[in-house]
Amino acid sequence: MSALDRCDSIVAAVTEAAERETALQIVGGDTKSFYGRQPEGALLSVGEHRGLTHYDPTELVVSARAGTQLSELCTALANERQMLPFEPPGFGDQATVGGTVACGFSGPARPYRGSLRDYVLGVSVVNGRGEHLQFGGRVIKNVAGYDASRLMAGAMGTLGVILDVSFKVLPIPEAECTLSFESGEREALRRMNEAAALPLPITGSCYYDGILKLRLSGSAVGVSAATANLGGVVDSLNNRLWEELAEHQHPYYGSPLPLWRLSVPAAAGPLDLPGDSLIEWGGCQRWLCSELPAEHIREAVRAAGGHATLFRGGDRSGQTFQPHDPVLHRLHLRLKQAFDPHRILNPGRLYPEL
Amino acid sequence: MNRSQTSGFFKAIGRVLPRQGLLTTEEERRPYECDGLSGYRELPLAVALPDQVEQVQKILSICAEYEVPVVARGAGTGLSGGATPHREGLLLCMTRFDRIIDIDPVGRTARVQPGVRNLLISETAGRYGLYYAPDPSSQIACSIGGNVAENAGGVHCLKYGLTVHNVLRLEVVLMGGERVIIGSEALDTPGYDLLALLTGSEGMLGVVTEITVRLLPVPSTARALLASFNDVEVAADAVARVIGAGVIPAGLEMMDNLAIRAAEDFVQAGYPRDAAAILICELDGTQAEVDRQVELVSSVLREQGATAVRVSSDETERLKFWSGRKNAFPAVGRISPDYYCIDGTIPRRQIGRVLRRIAELSKDYDLRVANVFHAGDGNLHPLILYDSSKTGEFERTEELGGSILSLCVEAGGTITGEHGVGLEKIDQMCVQFESCALEQFHQIKSAFDPNGLLNPGKAVPTLARCIEFNARHVHGGELPFPELERF
Repeated sequence: MSALDRCDSIVAAVTEAAERETALQIVGGDTKSFYGRQPEGALLSVGEHRGLTHYDPTELVVSARAGTQLSELCTALANERQMLPFEPPGFGDQATVGGTVACGFSGPARPYRGSLRDYVLGVSVVNGRGEHLQFGGRVIKNVAGYDASRLMAGAMGTLGVILDVSFKVLPIPEAECTLSFESGEREALRRMNEAAALPLPITGSCYYDGILKLRLSGSAVGVSAATANLGGVVDSLNNRLWEELAEHQHPYYGSPLPLWRLSVPAAAGPLDLPGDSLIEWGGCQRWLCSELPAEHIREAVRAAGGHATLFRGGDRSGQTFQPHDPVLHRLHLRLKQAFDPHRILNPGRLYPEL
Repeated sequence: MNRSQTSGFFKAIGRVLPRQGLLTTEEERRPYECDGLSGYRELPLAVALPDQVEQVQKILSICAEYEVPVVARGAGTGLSGGATPHREGLLLCMTRFDRIIDIDPVGRTARVQPGVRNLLISETAGRYGLYYAPDPSSQIACSIGGNVAENAGGVHCLKYGLTVHNVLRLEVVLMGGERVIIGSEALDTPGYDLLALLTGSEGMLGVVTEITVRLLPVPSTARALLASFNDVEVAADAVARVIGAGVIPAGLEMMDNLAIRAAEDFVQAGYPRDAAAILICELDGTQAEVDRQVELVSSVLREQGATAVRVSSDETERLKFWSGRKNAFPAVGRISPDYYCIDGTIPRRQIGRVLRRIAELSKDYDLRVANVFHAGDGNLHPLILYDSSKTGEFERTEELGGSILSLCVEAGGTITGEHGVGLEKIDQMCVQFESCALEQFHQIKSAFDPNGLLNPGKAVPTLARCIEFNARHVHGGELPFPELERF
């Protein structure tokens, strides 16, 4: 797909919306419209603003325009035997770099290699006043100014329209191996935590239907030594397991019930919530298909030290993300005001008042 | 404040604090007049030494009421003047918050107070085979609260990240005295990533009163390589080659000849005194992995023109290789009355060119420069050697430092990789950012601290200041009226 710089027209569209105080809903590849609260406002497409703007493999840094397809970026990296270490899911072929950053999604390696925001080095955005701003840069260490680039990760486009993002990238590991263990839930959680406390190259973990899976990645010698250390059965049948988990193509995600994402501390034990569940991220990310009332789920997860997101389905007119206490709520309102005083950028997509 | 307001303020603060918690006499305040950037000194109005979060809340609420500026400070090892006191403000010293509250070996986290020394966390977690990864050179003395404020780095950032990658949860007191929890022991929280915003915010947004950090398993094996080069640029190019070979070293550091000789005279690390540059490369992981990487990196370094490559044979030798690097700053301190540390970061492939340009600038300004830095991250630390007792030499040093930072920005980098902006680099922020981005920073600041009482005058310059700075520095560093002396 050819590279196009649509920066000027996007800035013009935001400036005009700011003058008229009309709401915009920002769309890249339209693969994640299921996520967050119901979108509203006139469409602002950034899908045409695309192309890699900078890539030097020895710098471990890549920059791409927001509308660049995630698959195009990953292919360019793979050609140099590099990758986005946080393994973002796309939830569709048309997924873009900008949408991925706005949603802040990370895949199976998240607890071991870090999250999307950990790898964001810089962004350029248009704020709600139509100002084109650059934060961060293309170097790995940079503490000049507030970290406004990482602030964009997961902000659902409510602070600025993302135009360009620079990521730190890493080499693709030479070898990978998945191990299976039969186990109960409590035992699986214990094992996930024990394994993560060992200096072994673990890069993925999942528990579903009585089976714990652990993924190892690294040099061939490192992976084979770790395999011997951990035991279990080498699972050579399903090479796509981790991708299926990330993209929600695994059979678990076939349920018609609302899908909840529960984010809890690694050491939290099994949660007392009825419904079919799948555990990832060393116990930190747990999925629940359930029609239980939102407050019931949130209370149980809050008690475990975490928060619950209505990820897909269910009632999207209420709070899809866990509400904040009054002080945090006020900080969010003020930050929104600081970036988007007319409240035109994806209003209400993250929280009703933002 | 007039005299009666000041006395009312002191009384109100004094009531909140334990005995000897408020220092107001000049001799008590004097030790707090500077942080690690000792060229900048200011006596604070008073120094408060709280030991409970409730005291911090009340202090900030009283300061808000009296409109007294507050500068928070930890161990005071910062190198950018971030904790330089404010003449009319309260210096809030957090060193009495020195408890490790809890180490959770199962969830691999440590809950600590902000005055806890960085190294103590790893020493304490060591009994569980865990450690805290970010390791600034000052880790023996620097406190974790200051690390959060500055987003401190260290020699292991390339592989294990900066402070921002290793902090999970903060308890923060806002300027009005409200306590708020940012982040959690889960891996994310809903809404905006305030944890990233607070980390590295240089005490401008809130006062951190408790920190939960992530702990990592201690690697089972670590070995260091010491490679000598007879040309600085060849060594610089080898850095990119190591990364290009698909290896992410735990640390990859470079020292030039002046730094090598200073370190060797100080700690006898066994460095080649005649080398133009050395690279120290640490590889860690499982035994088999490390063995393989040592082989690969050694051959890359030789191919790239290393005149010798030594591999540490045991832990004693590994630590010896590091001893020169870790003591490089004090070692340079021995060969010059004063030195000034610069902190720019550049793309790795620019290292050779920028070092050459720094050498030229060093001649132009007639000031020696030693280079000892995090090559793997492209984070330069040129140390400018000067003598503050010579008239005008500090001013010339600052000007050379400013030129080096402008050079870093021009090379596609940044004015600060890990030390922060503070007071020191506030003018260079005008080079790094356009005015609308600076204005956005001021609005972020106002969202947290509407009256601008937390650490005023640091980190983000006013637009008026930038207009003045840019007027003095037109045309790529060439000053108007070069014949005029500037102090």
